[in-house]
Amino acid sequence: MSKVRVLVGTKKGAFVLESDAKRNNWDISGPHFAGWEMYHVKGSPVDPNRIYASQTSGWFGQLVQRSSDGGKSWEPVGNKFAYDGVPGTHMWYDGTPHPWEFKRVWHLEPSLTDPDTVYAGVEDAALFRSTDGGQNWSELAGLRNHGTGSQWQPGAGGMGLHTILLDPLDPRRIFIAISAAGAFRTDDAGASWRPINRGLRSQYIPDPDAEVGHCVHRIAMHGSRPDVLFMQKHWDVMRTDDAGESWREVSGNLPTDFGFVIDVHAHEPETVYVVPIKSDSEHFPPEGKLRVYRSKTGGNEWEPLTKGLPQSDCYVNVLRDAMAVDSLDSCGVYFGTTGGQVYASPDAGDSWAPIVRDLPAVLSVEVQTLQ
Amino acid sequence: MIRVLLPQHLRTLAKVKDEVQIEVDGPATQRSVLDAIEARYPMLRGTMRDQTTQERRPFVRFFACEEDLSYGSPDDPLPEAVAKGTELFLVVGAIAGG
Repeated sequence: MSKVRVLVGTKKGAFVLESDAKRNNWDISGPHFAGWEMYHVKGSPVDPNRIYASQTSGWFGQLVQRSSDGGKSWEPVGNKFAYDGVPGTHMWYDGTPHPWEFKRVWHLEPSLTDPDTVYAGVEDAALFRSTDGGQNWSELAGLRNHGTGSQWQPGAGGMGLHTILLDPLDPRRIFIAISAAGAFRTDDAGASWRPINRGLRSQYIPDPDAEVGHCVHRIAMHGSRPDVLFMQKHWDVMRTDDAGESWREVSGNLPTDFGFVIDVHAHEPETVYVVPIKSDSEHFPPEGKLRVYRSKTGGNEWEPLTKGLPQSDCYVNVLRDAMAVDSLDSCGVYFGTTGGQVYASPDAGDSWAPIVRDLPAVLSVEVQTLQ
Repeated sequence: MIRVLLPQHLRTLAKVKDEVQIEVDGPATQRSVLDAIEARYPMLRGTMRDQTTQERRPFVRFFACEEDLSYGSPDDPLPEAVAKGTELFLVVGAIAGG
């Protein structure tokens, strides 16, 4: 019988939540790595027992942990993230050049075909790859060095590479996104890159249509249709139908088009989820009502999903890596909050219930659908 | 024999419960002590000092004999009491943050 495993990274450890396909009763294990910031925990699509975790601390730096038994036990693997060559400078908050400095791994993306290959998106923004299960990491330096890197500037949360989308139909194509540089694409397995930000408009930069400088919060893809991407930008929900060559806004009737997460239904490529957040200065749901919004039309027309979610006095945030979907017949949707709740919907968003209510602030949520 | 007390998070990471005892080649210095610790516990590489520059991480301190040795050269000799193992070499995580 199928079951699901939810991998939760929090400010103070990682948690593994498991349920059968009904998704009513959950076993919870953790905290793993108690006291550490677990930015992201994600399993290999080809070997679900292989899981990678980013473990980080302001005191003791970055570690990468690997599990080969579905998160029951872990071993530290390589944690040396050295930029290729002389790193050079990017732009600091005040517009002055600032040397590239490794701070942490924001996102780990296991290969779609090889459990020993995994990509790491790091702060200061760069993409690394390991082909030996995380023991050794090499930078795909063509991204930082393609020409605009010196103009990249951090967002308030740092200059992190937070989104890595591997094209299931073309193994040479990868999409990534950086706050606050924008989205980029390679068509040659990471050797060369170019910005794909045409159509984005950001009023908070001097040239709203600039080639780079856009604060992209998250991009989502449906695997059957990798040229169609959905983006939650700092402000604006966007869509491209041509692999990022051009974007158009699909915020439509959302109560606010600011937010962090965005994801796509496992079986309906035009069904998209976001969690609107009031503004970039308040970072909580409008009116104290925690609402997921769903579009079944690929954007523009959105419906609030509220059943089971708090509709008063709720002032949590949902961070960019904290939403995921499972691939059971009735698609499950999951998200975690900075208040420590992880909510699950076994019916594609129609109704919700908390799996857990009182974890540390949730940084990331991933789901594995297991047979 | 040199006795080193790691902070709790690094003891957990290295799977040690108490102080660790190490031998160093040549004079006892910050560098030789950290080299020996990292050789025995490779998972600690990068947690106390940068793996490339070898600079101490900003929120890590080295104390011994009631002194803060953090700002000395990594190649300065450690106090004799540390070298003889009568005093601990303390690796300390700064009291900061939440």
